[in-house]
Amino acid sequence: MNILASEASRRVLRLGLLSGSFILFAGVIGMIAAFHEREVVNDFISLGQALLLATPFVTSYVATTRMTEAGEDPRVALAGGLAIGLLSALPTVILLLFNSDEYRYLLDASLKLIPFVAASYLAWKSHAQGNEMRQAAATWLISALLIGIVTFGFALIFEVKGDLRGVLVHVDRDWVEVVTFDHRNELWTGIGFLLAASAGAGLAGVIMRIMPDIPRRALLYGLGVTLLVGAFGETVRLILQENLDRDTLREIFRRDTLRQNSAAVLFIVSTAAGFLWAMFGGRAQSQFAALDNSSRHKIRNLGMLVFAALLLALPWLIGRTLSDVAVTIGIFVLMGLGLNIAIGLAGLLDLGYVTNYAVGAYILAVLTSIGPLGLFKGSFTFWMVIPIALLAAMCAGFLFAVPVLRMRGDYLAIATLGFGEIIGKLALSDWLKPLIGGAQGVQNIPKPFLFATELKNPEQLYYIVLVASLVTLFVSIRLNNSRTGRQWMAIREDEDVATAMGIDTARAKLLAFTLSAATGGVAGAIFAAKVGTVFPNSFTVFISINVLSLIIVGGIASNPGIVLGAVVLIGMPELLREFSEFRFLMYGALLILMMINRPQGLIPSKLVMHEVQAGVKTKVSTGD
Amino acid sequence: MFRNKSGEFSWVDFTIDVLRVLIVLAVVVGAWNTLSSGRISLAQWVNLLAAGLSQGSIYALIALGYTLVYGILLMINFAHGEVFMAGAFTTFFFAEALNRTGFLNEQPLLAILLMILFAGLVSMTVAVLVERIAYRPLRGSPRLVPLITAIGASFFLQYAFRGLYGSSFKAYPQVRALQGAVQIGDISIPVAQIFVFCSALVLMIGLHWLVERTRIGKAMRAVSENKEVARLMGIDIDWVILFTFGVGGFLAGSAGVINGLFRPQGVNFYMGFIPGIKAFTAAVLGGIGNIPGAMLGGLFLGVIEAIGPNLVLAGLGIPGANQLKDVIAFTMLVLVLIFRPQGILGERLSETKA
Repeated sequence: MNILASEASRRVLRLGLLSGSFILFAGVIGMIAAFHEREVVNDFISLGQALLLATPFVTSYVATTRMTEAGEDPRVALAGGLAIGLLSALPTVILLLFNSDEYRYLLDASLKLIPFVAASYLAWKSHAQGNEMRQAAATWLISALLIGIVTFGFALIFEVKGDLRGVLVHVDRDWVEVVTFDHRNELWTGIGFLLAASAGAGLAGVIMRIMPDIPRRALLYGLGVTLLVGAFGETVRLILQENLDRDTLREIFRRDTLRQNSAAVLFIVSTAAGFLWAMFGGRAQSQFAALDNSSRHKIRNLGMLVFAALLLALPWLIGRTLSDVAVTIGIFVLMGLGLNIAIGLAGLLDLGYVTNYAVGAYILAVLTSIGPLGLFKGSFTFWMVIPIALLAAMCAGFLFAVPVLRMRGDYLAIATLGFGEIIGKLALSDWLKPLIGGAQGVQNIPKPFLFATELKNPEQLYYIVLVASLVTLFVSIRLNNSRTGRQWMAIREDEDVATAMGIDTARAKLLAFTLSAATGGVAGAIFAAKVGTVFPNSFTVFISINVLSLIIVGGIASNPGIVLGAVVLIGMPELLREFSEFRFLMYGALLILMMINRPQGLIPSKLVMHEVQAGVKTKVSTGD
Repeated sequence: MFRNKSGEFSWVDFTIDVLRVLIVLAVVVGAWNTLSSGRISLAQWVNLLAAGLSQGSIYALIALGYTLVYGILLMINFAHGEVFMAGAFTTFFFAEALNRTGFLNEQPLLAILLMILFAGLVSMTVAVLVERIAYRPLRGSPRLVPLITAIGASFFLQYAFRGLYGSSFKAYPQVRALQGAVQIGDISIPVAQIFVFCSALVLMIGLHWLVERTRIGKAMRAVSENKEVARLMGIDIDWVILFTFGVGGFLAGSAGVINGLFRPQGVNFYMGFIPGIKAFTAAVLGGIGNIPGAMLGGLFLGVIEAIGPNLVLAGLGIPGANQLKDVIAFTMLVLVLIFRPQGILGERLSETKA
């Protein structure tokens, strides 16, 4: 009993069950089976299995960090790692038993037992809190009844359906196959494998943590690189394809996955590199710090130059498919930077940003289309329409901003969400069908021309997006440091004080909405030109949520953060098909996690960071 | 008219006033055209009204959850629509099982009662979990922070349930007792609509009793009045907040079942989003934080949504007016937020809350 009561064991129990519930949840919603489709290393490990093992590994790594900080014995840590590994597998094992034909009765039995056990626990707790016997009895009766209704319901459902799969669609053979490591038919062998693998991963996490610093960092680096390259094997192959001949490529990859040999080589090389960096990296950094200002500046400039050259040459380096992804990322960078003016700088949570995107896209579509709905049948070109789309989006932003100026922060968010929905429904309606085509949308949008060459490939469109993004980046950096920018920040922090300081808040807010709308319009126009058809289903609330998520994850009011956010949140689901199904699940989870644990984002803006460090809990200001 | 408090001319006020005039004009012209053309008979109006009331009572049940939480925490629980979905979606399987065993048609009343309890409890669990995991750590932070978390929770729940139960639409089984219509003169009202209205009424009376007559209701009112003082009076704030989320969740879940039985197109993971926003509209319409307000607001919104397209939009000569039902609802949302953010019954709110 004494062991269970200690701080360390309670932490192990909590973390282990947390990781176990995560694995169970990921399995039940189909994530593990979907990730299993993608092999990290050919015939060795899939992404699903990696997820299965990485969870206990990371959990016990974290637990050990805490334990060594608390000065626990390494043996205790090892036992903790083992326990975390086993606990991580436990919920999945239980579901496996429930799902099997022989042990289905366990599900029935536990559904019948749960109300009694839970009610007794609650009654005992109520009694322990000093309530009277009568009250505890009432607690028991009511909770047993209520919990009983739910468990009875589920028992009936499973009895009628005959198995779990009739309800939980992803508790299927694929899932069983992954979690039992391909022992679908021998249940106990499979469970043994699962428990052993999970316990091993838990132990590995502990060993990794209590290792000396330098090999630990090297190994972590090697593992991370191998896992990333393996998971994004398809992407890496597409990049290499541009620069390597076929036979070499075939030696490294089998279709889209790393071969075992190449994975081993990659692991050794990257571990060695990590080792060298861990040994000498510190010295290099201190040498860099010891340099005088002008030479440091030179090195930085050189770095910037290399980066700029890389950006310019990107389409040639990565090929067509990835250039297409890069264009999509660029469109979202544009929108992210735009929306950031409203959310990050002025603190106005605009959930209807898709409106501007839709306005830009439809303006371009209607003006340039050579189809039946085109107004001018090609006499307008892409370049003439871009400024029109920009102005139209600004007008839309202005018009929608006027009525909401007086609203409080959270009402403003819902009202703008309402605008977005209204625009979506109107685009679908019969009323506007003669103009914008209803559900079929506007088709036959020509690609832009530049000096008589048609920019029809993503490699060429990339440059349009790049230029637009750079211009927007420049404008938003300048805005950040301008008088208006400081007015916005004042409004974000406290609107009343800002008014008292003589800031015309209505004007500043209108400006924020209007400017933020501008890039949305350009992004929409580029999107329309890229896809060639515009229809209402591309303009849902999900676009707004996408942009919001990338701002929050990257770092509110932080330009590099937004670019990173777009690359990660937009790029990842585009590159890994398996991710795209769980895209909004992950966005949702990320929004919650970021708000709770890291409200300043991955790359915090200096100002927000400053506020956080100053102890002011300014996350996103309320504007009220 | 176009002056602000200090008597200066203000463009914002001017634009808002112009907007106000335009809307009144559109409503009057549209209604006049429709009524003078006599396209819709009295019986049809009554039918629309009944449909609107029954749809509105579902909105009212969801709106109560928004209002209860807002009354206590001053936060918009954006994920409430998904709590509604969770109950409705899960109970689909229960309803189907009850139908398979034949119980649903033998004992319709009892079966529906069981389903409502089941859905209510499932939704309650979801609501309580969301509060515990996503909202409690952020209590006391600026208003937009929990709102962003709530948006995250909303999309997380949608796609979690999509993962759990699949993405297809699932239609509730038909209950024989709810089919047919009641004939009064030349007006016939479907039994299902009467059932929806009555069960919502019963639930609302139950809520009223809970809030006004019980100990925990008293605690809820105390916490919504002043958290610090309530804490000093020995009230466990965390428990009261959790309980409030639970009650809101229960009402949303039961609304989910009622909605499922009432609407033939079925349930899926996305079903909660739009009704959620509409119910929020209803809550604001009645004055957010105000319980009778949410009930009235819901009914009012349902009626407007049913009658509005036919009365106003059709009168203005807009084709396919019934497609624009949602547009009417969201326009209402924006208009209420612009012109009367304190709602119809909003007088009771103090400055700090409004």
